[in-house]
Amino acid sequence: MQVSDRFNINSQLEHLQAKHVGTGHSDVNRFEWAVNIQRDSYASYVGHYPMLAYFAIAENESIGRERYNFMQKMLLPCGLPPEKEDD
Amino acid sequence: MEVDRSAVDNEIKKSLDERRNAESVAPVSSVTFDSDLYEDNRFEGYVRSIPVNEDEGEADGDAALLFRRRMSSYTGPKSLIDIPRADGEDDSGFKKPSRIIDREDEYRRRRLDRIISPARNDPFTSGETTPDASVRTYADVMREQALQRQKEELLKAVAKKHEEEKSNKTAAAAAAEAPAAAASQKRRNRWDQSQDSDSSSAAKKTKSSSDWDAPDSTPGIGRWDATPTPARVGDATPSISRRNRWDETPTPGRLADSDATPAAATPGATPAGMTWDATPKLGVLATPTPKRQRSRWDETPLSMGSATPLPGVGTPAAAFTPGITPIGGVDLATPTPGAINLRGPMTPEQYNLLKWERDIEERNRPLTDEELDAMFPHEGYKILEPPSSYVPIRTPARKLLATPTPLGTPLYSIPEENRGQQFDVPKEAPGGLPFMKPEDYQYFGALLNDEEEEQLSPEEQKERKIMKLLLKVKNGTPPQRKTALRQLTDKAREFGAGPLFNKILPLLMQPTLEDQERHLLVKVIDRVLYKLDELVRPFVHKILVVIEPLLIDEDYYARVEGREIISNLSKAAGLATMIAAMRPDIDNIDEYVRNTTARAFSVVASALGIPALLPFLKAVCQSKKSWQARHTGIKIVQQIAILMGCAVLPHLRSLVEIIEHGLSDENQKVRTITALSLAALAEAAAPYGIESFDSVLKPLWKGIRSHRGKVLAAFLKAIGFIIPLMDALYASYYTKEVMVILIREFQSPDEEMKKIVLKVVKQCVSTEGVEADYIRNDILPEFFRNFWVRRMALDRRNYKQLVDTTVEIANKVGVADIVGRIVEDLKDESEPYRRMVMETIEKVVSNLGASDIDARLEELLIDGILYAFQEQTSDDANVMLNGFGAVVNALGQRVKPYLPQICGTIKWRLNNKSAKVRQQAADLISRIAVVMKQCHEEQLMGHLGVVLYEYLGEEYPEVLGSILGALKAIVNVIGMTKMTPPIKDLLPRLTPILKNRHEKVQENCIDLVGRIADRGAEFVPAREWMRICFELLEMLKAHKKGIRRATVNTFGYIAKAIGPQDVLATLLNNLKVQERQNRVCTTVAIAIVAETCSPFTVLPALMNEYRVPELNVQNGVLKSLSFLFEYIGEMGKDYIYAVTPLLEDALMDRDLVHRQTAASAVKHLALGVAGLGCEDALIHLLNYVWPNIFETSPHVINAVMEAIEGLRVALGPAVILNYCLQGLFHPARKVREVYWKIYNSLYIGAQDALVAFYPMLNDEENNIYSRPELMMFL
Repeated sequence: MQVSDRFNINSQLEHLQAKHVGTGHSDVNRFEWAVNIQRDSYASYVGHYPMLAYFAIAENESIGRERYNFMQKMLLPCGLPPEKEDD
Repeated sequence: MEVDRSAVDNEIKKSLDERRNAESVAPVSSVTFDSDLYEDNRFEGYVRSIPVNEDEGEADGDAALLFRRRMSSYTGPKSLIDIPRADGEDDSGFKKPSRIIDREDEYRRRRLDRIISPARNDPFTSGETTPDASVRTYADVMREQALQRQKEELLKAVAKKHEEEKSNKTAAAAAAEAPAAAASQKRRNRWDQSQDSDSSSAAKKTKSSSDWDAPDSTPGIGRWDATPTPARVGDATPSISRRNRWDETPTPGRLADSDATPAAATPGATPAGMTWDATPKLGVLATPTPKRQRSRWDETPLSMGSATPLPGVGTPAAAFTPGITPIGGVDLATPTPGAINLRGPMTPEQYNLLKWERDIEERNRPLTDEELDAMFPHEGYKILEPPSSYVPIRTPARKLLATPTPLGTPLYSIPEENRGQQFDVPKEAPGGLPFMKPEDYQYFGALLNDEEEEQLSPEEQKERKIMKLLLKVKNGTPPQRKTALRQLTDKAREFGAGPLFNKILPLLMQPTLEDQERHLLVKVIDRVLYKLDELVRPFVHKILVVIEPLLIDEDYYARVEGREIISNLSKAAGLATMIAAMRPDIDNIDEYVRNTTARAFSVVASALGIPALLPFLKAVCQSKKSWQARHTGIKIVQQIAILMGCAVLPHLRSLVEIIEHGLSDENQKVRTITALSLAALAEAAAPYGIESFDSVLKPLWKGIRSHRGKVLAAFLKAIGFIIPLMDALYASYYTKEVMVILIREFQSPDEEMKKIVLKVVKQCVSTEGVEADYIRNDILPEFFRNFWVRRMALDRRNYKQLVDTTVEIANKVGVADIVGRIVEDLKDESEPYRRMVMETIEKVVSNLGASDIDARLEELLIDGILYAFQEQTSDDANVMLNGFGAVVNALGQRVKPYLPQICGTIKWRLNNKSAKVRQQAADLISRIAVVMKQCHEEQLMGHLGVVLYEYLGEEYPEVLGSILGALKAIVNVIGMTKMTPPIKDLLPRLTPILKNRHEKVQENCIDLVGRIADRGAEFVPAREWMRICFELLEMLKAHKKGIRRATVNTFGYIAKAIGPQDVLATLLNNLKVQERQNRVCTTVAIAIVAETCSPFTVLPALMNEYRVPELNVQNGVLKSLSFLFEYIGEMGKDYIYAVTPLLEDALMDRDLVHRQTAASAVKHLALGVAGLGCEDALIHLLNYVWPNIFETSPHVINAVMEAIEGLRVALGPAVILNYCLQGLFHPARKVREVYWKIYNSLYIGAQDALVAFYPMLNDEENNIYSRPELMMFL
């Protein structure tokens, strides 16, 4: 960031953005972004009842079970983070 | 029609030419100032004929004299005359930094009496081990506190005894006064015989009154008086290294300097003669005063005692030596330092001295045997018996004399020069340190020494570092301050609590501290607290000593800051430490200490929760040892209630139980504070929690029968707050019980009691269960007899309370009863009283209406109001005006018979020579216009309209504004067609007034013009409207938003009335002017015209104007488009395809501003047409907007980002996401940064919607990236 940028409205914008979980920055890697995508997706499924119902029918599970499963999957949606590559 | 048209064209052309000449459109490159802001044409419409000085008026002879006489009675223009003018140093418009001490009252200044006590033992860290003897433990502090109390009591007893003795002696002493005085003088001289000749010689040569030649050779009495200043301890012995006063650093701690400060002239301190010159002092001493008797009473060389002719007048020297010559102090009836403050204000320097001195006293106390044992080795030393004849010298003045002088006789010696000292010019602060104020030298002086850093021990280096950082925080520039603050925070644990607080806290006790500095230092403490956490424990009390005074500061933010610090402190140190630190202060002898401690405790309670503190409070409130402890404990409860409000509800019962026994305490103060605490609790708990107060009802109601005076007032207050919590039935019963006492106390002469009684009556009356009949019969007669008297109107608080209470009573008993009782008083001879009556009537009538008022009362009322209105001499709060308006509006049609009379009054007053009266008359018209219409008095209104019209030449802007307001009210009510004077005459008269730059005039005028343009534009020729348009352009610059908005709306009305073409031509031409603000306002006006006359009437001309190859014009057009699309909203869908090529061009322009403005136009356009099927055009525009995302100029990038946001709304997030995906993982960081920024705002705006559009990622060996759920299909 430039010195001139530091105090203007744009820095405030970035500050505001940084307050939201799920926003990214220039150093986000594939894994981190994917985790956010997955969590957003599960949150969305859980939040829209018709979606839940749809998945429940498709998987032949109860809606409550589906909801529970999605919530559990939000914990580690993509598995463990990959080893840091040394660069 | 055609002829008319060309006439208008000519008119426009002419005025345009005029404008062009006036504005002299300059080339873009040249710099022009906003000439019409800075030239005096802004005073057009202002009166220019007021004589500038007296001479001018006199030269004109009689006429001028007459004029002046008329002027002298004007009351209106005061606001113009008294414009706060810059007085040299303060022209920035900001408040000058003010020293805290200057606005403090005596009580608050007592904070400076407190000593920052040494650090205390932290039992948590030391664990089981016995604390070191050098560390102060809780037990030590408690012991000291007890000692202090004993000492205080003893001193009191001594003083009392002496007082008695003195009164016994007086008779005898008076008889033998003259010889005694002579004798005493002789005796006084005995103790410094060397003085004898000196003083007499000094008395002879009265000329040698200056300091530097006399006292150094002759350590005169005056000199000794001055010595106990700490800064001079070294000087106390008449050593040859005495410094000359002239070349000393001006430390604030010097008594000598206090002479220089104007504050030394404060009453109570006798500034002259004490330090400066010994001679006048000797003269004083030589004159025998009755006080001299005292030195006989004890043999102490009581020099300064005799220097004060009156015991009430404290000389600074006397004030500063209480500990050193305790007996002398007793003699002066000022035995303690704490008592000194009662004697009148002192300069901060003196305070500082006092504090220093007590600090020194604390440290220089004689070493005890144990301490000596600890210091010396056991072997090789022997303890000798003191000689039997030895008597220790307790009085330092004698101690000093006992010191052998180096030469035997104190002759003059050339003072040795100290080369290291600072002269008047402050030394350049090394190493980029900020400027030091003189009073800072005391704290930061060490930083100026050029000693090598390496030579210092690590500890000293650390200290230096802290000092540097603190100085930067205190006096530095904002960036310096910021970094220093951060460093202090980061390194807090490294520096350690001790060194940090030892530096910070004395600074906060600096008497010359300013608000801003205190704020910064408090901030430092706050930050450091977070970091130090439990390390802070030994310093809790120290911190409290400096922070507690903030809790009673008059500045709200200081109080909040103090609360925050104490709250953080209690979280860091824990409850046990807080209690241990503050417990000794709870029964401190000083009321100030107890008061602040109680407040601090309430903050602790709010930080750590009330339940945690309950056991402690219970114990304190039941303390058997001292009433002070009980008093403070109960006060803590009161403060908790005030601080926490309804949060006390869960603990209400326990809090009440803790304090209830205080109602029957043997000490009167405890009973009072208990009642006040109950009042505070009830107020905080309202309207709940009556069951918690059950146990105190009986003692309270019994108490009001047995108590008198202050206690009774407190009890009544508690009852007043408890009654509103009760059920109707009980409230009625208890009200009747208390009312007897209240009615008795109606007669109390005590002001405080009066206020409380009024308040309680109000509270009782407003409760449900109290019947109107009861009030009418039992309360009203006495109430009116005792309270509705002239005297009550004189005190502002009484006045307010009485009005409030009466209004509350009226709510119960109705209008007629109350108004009937006081209406006669509208003709009272005291104006403040009349005003109070009027305000009450106004409130009662506007609350309850006037239907209760019968014909007779109505007549009386109008009569009284007219009388009061006419007789008023000063009415700054508009009480009379409001009252008049309220009554007339409440009576409605019943006012009709009186209207001619009222209008007569108004007309007469409109002609008054006083501006204020004229203004008020005009204001009254606007208040009663609606009622006049209701009474069908249109003819009367027309008449008033004509009268007002004639007064449009009014010179005083305030009055002119009111006259315009009155005209507006009349026009609004009777309509355009019936208005007299006819609109076609009225409006041309208003056009020149539009030039007036006074806000009130502008606002009323534009409202009136706008109203006419809206409703009656057809009455005025188009030419006149064009003229008004030009004036309106100027008004677009007004500071007040209301005026700008009214102006813009008026533009719309005018354009609607006379067609947009002419107005638009004017406006488009205006885009060429140099001044930016004018252009901006013009673009707004164009957009408004487009909105009111439909965009298609404006857009072609506007877009055509874009072809003008001039930057300003093109940008103006783009800006107009931006506003236009903002205003027309979804109407934009009809025009989007028309403007797209223009926007395309603008978004590709080399000029940044073009692209910026076009982007904001795209934003508004997109937001307007969202969901209306214009995606094709919008995607096209997005393609032009997108390349601008790499702009760095803040305004441009902001506009571009907003345009993208707007397009997201219109196009849906998927489109923008697809644009984004190409850059999120771009190899260049700069690119990624920008793309992630866009992604983030996209994500925040449409998180949920994005789920459907994320790209499909493939799983890797350990990680699942795919989203199989989305593949499911039924």
